[in-house]
Amino acid sequence: MEVKITLNGKMIKDTVDADMLLIDFCRKHKCYSVKRGCETGNCGLCTVLMDGKPMLSCSIPVGRADGRCVDTLEGLEEEAKKFTGYFAMQGADQCGFCNPGYIVNIVALLRENPDPTDEEILEYLSGNLCRCTGYQSQLRSLRNYLNSKKENAPMQLEAEVFGADIGKEWKNE
Amino acid sequence: MFYYNQYIRAKSLEEAYELYQKRQNFIVGGMLWTKMKNTTLGTAIDLCELGLDGIEENENEFRIGAYVSLRDIETNESLNKYTDNAFANSVKDIVGVQFRNVATVGGSIWGRYGFSDVMTIFRALGAKVELFHEGIMELDDFVKLPRTVRDILVSVIVPKETEKVVYLSQRNQSTDFPVLTCAVSKGKRGTMAVIGATPYMAEPVYDSENILSVTTDENIERFADYVAKNIRFGSNMRASAEYRKIICNVLVKRALKTIVSENEKEEIC
Repeated sequence: MEVKITLNGKMIKDTVDADMLLIDFCRKHKCYSVKRGCETGNCGLCTVLMDGKPMLSCSIPVGRADGRCVDTLEGLEEEAKKFTGYFAMQGADQCGFCNPGYIVNIVALLRENPDPTDEEILEYLSGNLCRCTGYQSQLRSLRNYLNSKKENAPMQLEAEVFGADIGKEWKNE
Repeated sequence: MFYYNQYIRAKSLEEAYELYQKRQNFIVGGMLWTKMKNTTLGTAIDLCELGLDGIEENENEFRIGAYVSLRDIETNESLNKYTDNAFANSVKDIVGVQFRNVATVGGSIWGRYGFSDVMTIFRALGAKVELFHEGIMELDDFVKLPRTVRDILVSVIVPKETEKVVYLSQRNQSTDFPVLTCAVSKGKRGTMAVIGATPYMAEPVYDSENILSVTTDENIERFADYVAKNIRFGSNMRASAEYRKIICNVLVKRALKTIVSENEKEEIC
């Protein structure tokens, strides 16, 4: 079967198996940031933007992406650069395996909602699993990035400062 | 692993229907659940070019296309205004935004899954489904349709007959399958509670004994007991039947109290 997919702004024409998944198509075309984590559509590692919407490439038949635009981290570098430094500063990328999925989803979040609250960040990123951190460092780094664009907002948040009210239900138990 | 031999984007519902009559062929919804099978199938029929991804509203109803994603019903303003955010509440805990952008309403309803949050909320709203061949039928009848029937789900219709609806669910862990789902609605068909993930498919319980003719705390308790008594609970790896029964009682009570307090607020205004 023949497909035409605009992958990271470049039109790619390819002959593929009918049951190929979009994740395998991306990897075939050297977009190695797109990874298989869980194989059940739960971990968010394979997140790509299809026509601007974050989607799980591990569950999309490549035929459905035919004629559409797909962006992976490789094509979102410029947009991601703005906040990835904050990730590094907080040590949010420990083993780094979940990071590409995270960053693609954060790009989608910030396009949809340029100034999200902590709760909105948590909700939007709930489909990205990270087994190293516990999500606090990612949240801190994103908050630092967002605060850096505002005047008089606190910067360099530490764990104690940020997220005091997150998980308060079980902290008090 | 999951394999199939051919992928076809149907050009019309007739074409899709004809292709679907072969047992080896299947319709691709979000493919999230289908993909988990360990099998080889024939042709994957994709309906993505048939314009089934829109939500239409008129005076009497909402018509939600089968290919509308769960994220769309979560963010659609008029749907959520009508249901006081119950739609957003029902799907917001389903994995993540990326997942909900892929999962479709049609796939969730057609699958008649036991764990379905989507089935629970639609049943509480007295929804109907439009099938290509069988026509429009009540969701209550659709769930009894044998799974061997090979029809195509075109859209889900939500009649504007509900005054209030509240959706609650219990999960062991955020983004996991629910332990129990609960939607309580009040409208033309009276008050009803729909309980799902029991782990069987969502079932409604109507207030046929008129327990809630006067909404006192005592009657709310009685109705919650009545619901828990009339639902069949089962045990699985997430929870036992006994636990589900207790949770059911609590969720129904909470939902009813929310409805009552909102009514009072409106009366004061």
